[in-house]
Amino acid sequence: MKKVIMGNHALSFGAMLSRSQVIAAYPITPQTQVVELLSEMCASKALNAKFIKVESEHSAMAACLGAALAGARTFTATSSQGLSLMHELLHWASGGRMPVVMGNINRAMAPGWSIWTDQNDSLSERDTGWMQFYCASNQEVLDTVIQAFKVSEKLLIPSMVVLDAFALSHTYEVVDIPDQAKVDEYLPPFQPQFRLTPSEPHAFGGLTSPEHYFEFRYKLQKAMEKAPALIEETGREYEKMFGRYLGLADPRSCDDAEIMLVTSGTAGYTAHVAVEQLRGEGFKVGNLRMKVFRPFPFDMVREIAGRVKKIAVVDRNISYGHHGIFYQEVKSALYGMKNAPPVFGYIAGLGGRDITPKDFGDVARHAMANERPEEEIFWIGVKK
Amino acid sequence: MKKERTFKFTIPEEELMNPGHLACQGCSATQAMRYVLKGLGQKTALCIPACCWAVIDGPVPYSSLEVPIYHCAFETAASSASGLKAGLEMVGDTETTVVAWAGDGGTFDIGLQALSGTAERNDDIIYVCYDNEAYMNTGIQRSSATPYGAWTTTTPVKHFKRRPKKDIVAIMAAHKIPYIATASVAFPEDLIKKVKKAKDIKGTRFLHIFAPCPTGWKSRPDDSVKLARMVVQNCIFPLFEVENGERYTLNIRPKEKKPIHDYVRLQGRFRHLTEEQLQFMQQETNHNWELLLKKVDAK
Repeated sequence: MKKVIMGNHALSFGAMLSRSQVIAAYPITPQTQVVELLSEMCASKALNAKFIKVESEHSAMAACLGAALAGARTFTATSSQGLSLMHELLHWASGGRMPVVMGNINRAMAPGWSIWTDQNDSLSERDTGWMQFYCASNQEVLDTVIQAFKVSEKLLIPSMVVLDAFALSHTYEVVDIPDQAKVDEYLPPFQPQFRLTPSEPHAFGGLTSPEHYFEFRYKLQKAMEKAPALIEETGREYEKMFGRYLGLADPRSCDDAEIMLVTSGTAGYTAHVAVEQLRGEGFKVGNLRMKVFRPFPFDMVREIAGRVKKIAVVDRNISYGHHGIFYQEVKSALYGMKNAPPVFGYIAGLGGRDITPKDFGDVARHAMANERPEEEIFWIGVKK
Repeated sequence: MKKERTFKFTIPEEELMNPGHLACQGCSATQAMRYVLKGLGQKTALCIPACCWAVIDGPVPYSSLEVPIYHCAFETAASSASGLKAGLEMVGDTETTVVAWAGDGGTFDIGLQALSGTAERNDDIIYVCYDNEAYMNTGIQRSSATPYGAWTTTTPVKHFKRRPKKDIVAIMAAHKIPYIATASVAFPEDLIKKVKKAKDIKGTRFLHIFAPCPTGWKSRPDDSVKLARMVVQNCIFPLFEVENGERYTLNIRPKEKKPIHDYVRLQGRFRHLTEEQLQFMQQETNHNWELLLKKVDAK
């Protein structure tokens, strides 16, 4: 069934079709419609779930973790400040191997107060042991929630499904809502090997000495390393059933590209449009829209990078004192690679400033005109 | 024929707490756990945040308890328990009693917001605060449950705590939850009776258990039960219940209200106090007792 829905509602439908059993959430702009619709779905029994209306994001994640430990499928959604408030518990989720799925609407961090998009909120949670999927359309948001549950529950690693504030969260698009029976077939009920129950009493997460702690973390990393192949596999399975492939990234015209843009989120779709225009003007430009950021898809990035002459990474985020975060990651992925192309790093669109096709044109032309990047950071559209 | 003597135990025989745990000598937090589990039985699940009990239970992969435990984040005892209860119900387990088990720091201070949320929603859990009146697990730092006059490592004798203990029961009563009770490890029959009563009520139930800490109070380990008894007899920590935030019932009304002097002098944490300061403590105790009696008699 096709429906015209906003990005936030795509998250809600994804959570509903996945038959989430416990939802705990706290409102924050621009996430509110996600949980408004879910609370309606719970009230009308369209979704058989318990919705815990907590008093903070910290408690939202805490409640999700308690529910996940009981063996329930759990979902929440947040944004920006709310995600930061959860930070401690993001470690708890991955360390406790609890496969919560969370929607995060990318919103710039205060101060000053901003409700508009950039990626510093979610990328600040890079090292918390969550998988991160950056989406660029409402369809992709809905599909990815379902896939994320499947991957998370298999690996016992939580997932964050990320979308841009307003550019996606409040933008209406046509979305194909899959058939519930088919989703049930794709995503069977959550059956964890261990769960908290008095009939088999265990203590979860107790005091862990240096003799054991290290191995728990080793196992988390080993599980993460399995994720790229599993994402591709479950993505192909999804394609077979629903006609849409859900992969690690969305490369466009990269094979013969002289300049390959690296982008993410809705800016990644804008870049696709720019690539089409630039190709029309005779520029050999491609765009690698990154979807999965954690685990970082090293093999895929290296393989595609080997085919291009130059790479231009456009980041809607910054690690102060270093650089754009995707830029760092791409550079580190290419380290030691024979004939690695030079990587140019651009920062654009912080705090929700638009990134336009023209901006990508400027980026591509700039990278084209220079042998190597003469500066570390190129700023797009900043008033210096 | 000689008549056989039969014994009737006044508390359940079932033991759900095993020896081999890591508590200090004379720790009342262990007594509190032992009694509460006797009252609740094995179909119980605990959420234990950072507190002495996060350690007492034993290191991975051991546990001294026969019930499952979720070791949760410091400020999340209540919210974790809310989630756990919802999760258990969604996987078909409606029988297990979910208990948030936190110390005074995790309840009065860092966990208060989550506790307020759970109580306001009236989520179906029992919240137990075992109160040893300071951050004992981290090495005796003051909490908002630390009473007036006490030494702790962050309230040195030259700068001892001047503010009174936070009235957590009043805060919980303001949430109009169905059941609140105070208890002391020196009165196990009363404590277990309240636990059983709480178990049969739906909604958020709050138990405040007074639990002396010889390590933190600089008292003798064999005085813990004595102190837990004296604190009730001198009315510093009266035993009472509050139903629906309004109906107050006093469980033990001492025939003769004992002075606080002997109780205070058994504890090194109060050693620096002058007689004048003790007098002030006595006045505060009297005042609080009168306030409580007014609430009790108001019904």
